[in-house]
Amino acid sequence: MPEWIYRRLGDRLFATLVAVLGLGVVGAALLITVVLYQGSAEAFRTFGFFGFLTSSVWDAVRGVFGAWPPLLGTLITASLALLLAFFPALAAAIFVVEMAPRWLREPVAYLVDLLAALPSVVYGLWGIFVLVPLVRAHLELPLFTWAAARAPLLVPLLGPPTGIGLLSATLVLALMIVPYASSLARDALALVPQSQREAMFALGATRWEVVRRVVIPYARAGIFSGVVLALARALGETMAVTMLIGNAVNLPYTVFGPAATMASLIANEFTEADTDLHLSALVAVGFVLLLLSLLTNLAATWVLHRLSRKEVRR
Amino acid sequence: MGEPYRMETQNLSVYYGRTPGVRGVSLPIHDRRVTALIGPSGCGKTTFLRSLNRMHDLTPGVRVEGRVLLDGEDVYAPGVDPVVVRRRVGMVFQRPTPFPTMSIFENVVAGLRLVGVRDRHRLAEAAERALRMAALWDEVKDRLHAPAVGLSGGQQQRLSIARALAVEPEVLLMDEPTSALDPISTQAIEDLLEDLKKTVTIVIVTHNMQQAARVSDYTAFFLNGEMVEFGPTERLFTNPEDPRTEAYITGRFG
Repeated sequence: MPEWIYRRLGDRLFATLVAVLGLGVVGAALLITVVLYQGSAEAFRTFGFFGFLTSSVWDAVRGVFGAWPPLLGTLITASLALLLAFFPALAAAIFVVEMAPRWLREPVAYLVDLLAALPSVVYGLWGIFVLVPLVRAHLELPLFTWAAARAPLLVPLLGPPTGIGLLSATLVLALMIVPYASSLARDALALVPQSQREAMFALGATRWEVVRRVVIPYARAGIFSGVVLALARALGETMAVTMLIGNAVNLPYTVFGPAATMASLIANEFTEADTDLHLSALVAVGFVLLLLSLLTNLAATWVLHRLSRKEVRR
Repeated sequence: MGEPYRMETQNLSVYYGRTPGVRGVSLPIHDRRVTALIGPSGCGKTTFLRSLNRMHDLTPGVRVEGRVLLDGEDVYAPGVDPVVVRRRVGMVFQRPTPFPTMSIFENVVAGLRLVGVRDRHRLAEAAERALRMAALWDEVKDRLHAPAVGLSGGQQQRLSIARALAVEPEVLLMDEPTSALDPISTQAIEDLLEDLKKTVTIVIVTHNMQQAARVSDYTAFFLNGEMVEFGPTERLFTNPEDPRTEAYITGRFG
């Protein structure tokens, strides 16, 4: 075979392969969306899309399903976990890039990243056996006792101090998403040119002022990307949350008491769904979760676009 | 020489680990004059310059020996805060370094914000004064709140100069400030130095001997980490004492 045929064929083959595989990924995502939507059809037909979203009754026995409680549970746990995780994550990144002596950087960065490598179920077990007893004994019981004596109005807001519930799930979730936010923030900080730092130092800035006024603003887009990644992770995290949140789909939620997120609800009830409507409602919850993630990502892209448009980098 | 020294180094050496980058340099820096440091690449002139405002403190493994006197006091003496030294001895780098997330105005007043100046009128006045000193005011006065990175390279470098001047340093160190610029921007910055030295003492590292001859009052010639010769610029260029200086300025190496 002449060389040119061989070359051209190879090129064609390669291009086709890349296109098929690349589009295949997109196709799979679309297919998942379609299947989720089809599976949800019965639930949406029965309760209406917005009816399903806003109804706060989830009762498998009576066959009434509303996604508001798990939706709320997901929003609460994910946003609180993000709030709790953000500063430690940023601090860990700043420590590694700006403060730590050189020999300490790699080990600390590695250990933080290792948090992301632990399987979710391990976090769940650690939560049940270590965190839950600690939270119950040192956080929930004292607070509850104090509230019962001094501020009885708070008692219904706090809920039963069993250790299993919203608070424990949020704490573990926060720990789990730290490495995601931290890792991207670290990369972003490391990309800030040394000349930027020196220029600020030369004006008579302290290290903290350099970090606050130059390094963090310069790296803000990357830091924000880490936040988004962490949020995405928190929204969808299933195993550890299911093990710790108590799986109660009833409003009102309390600070200590059991609750449910969309992911934990699906994981918890999927095997027991014995009616078509129940199954369809669970798939519909999955569809709502998908929509929520999609919206979050779109919003993030928009913010990121705005953040990076303001400065034209050389 | 009869003129007061604003700064002076005494037997200054800078080591990278064990390797000396600068060896035993004693150099007077005359008040409100331009002192140029010339020499081939790698001769230690930038290393020397960065020791004057303690920038080496930021790089692990760099050690400075000897004394750097600012108004008669050693900036490396125990108890001296490098942050204070850098406020009094400003620096302009080889490449313009505008802060990309800040406006032109915020760039200029960045150093003033560090010392806690909040008063808007004071900031505005200081910004205008610094931008005028840096010959940039007329070009940016209508877009002070536009992003600084929208400026041209030459404008960005003058912005960096204005930013350094806004904190009213006694000494301004310039590390090849025009080497990344086009001839017209270079001209603008050279013209600037003539005015600046009425109020500020300037030390400029330059790769360009013509530039040193044009802008400086005193010149120091560095070679292999040592200062070979120092003197009034005109004398050093017309009648060098050391044969190595003569070889360099006549273009036989470097």
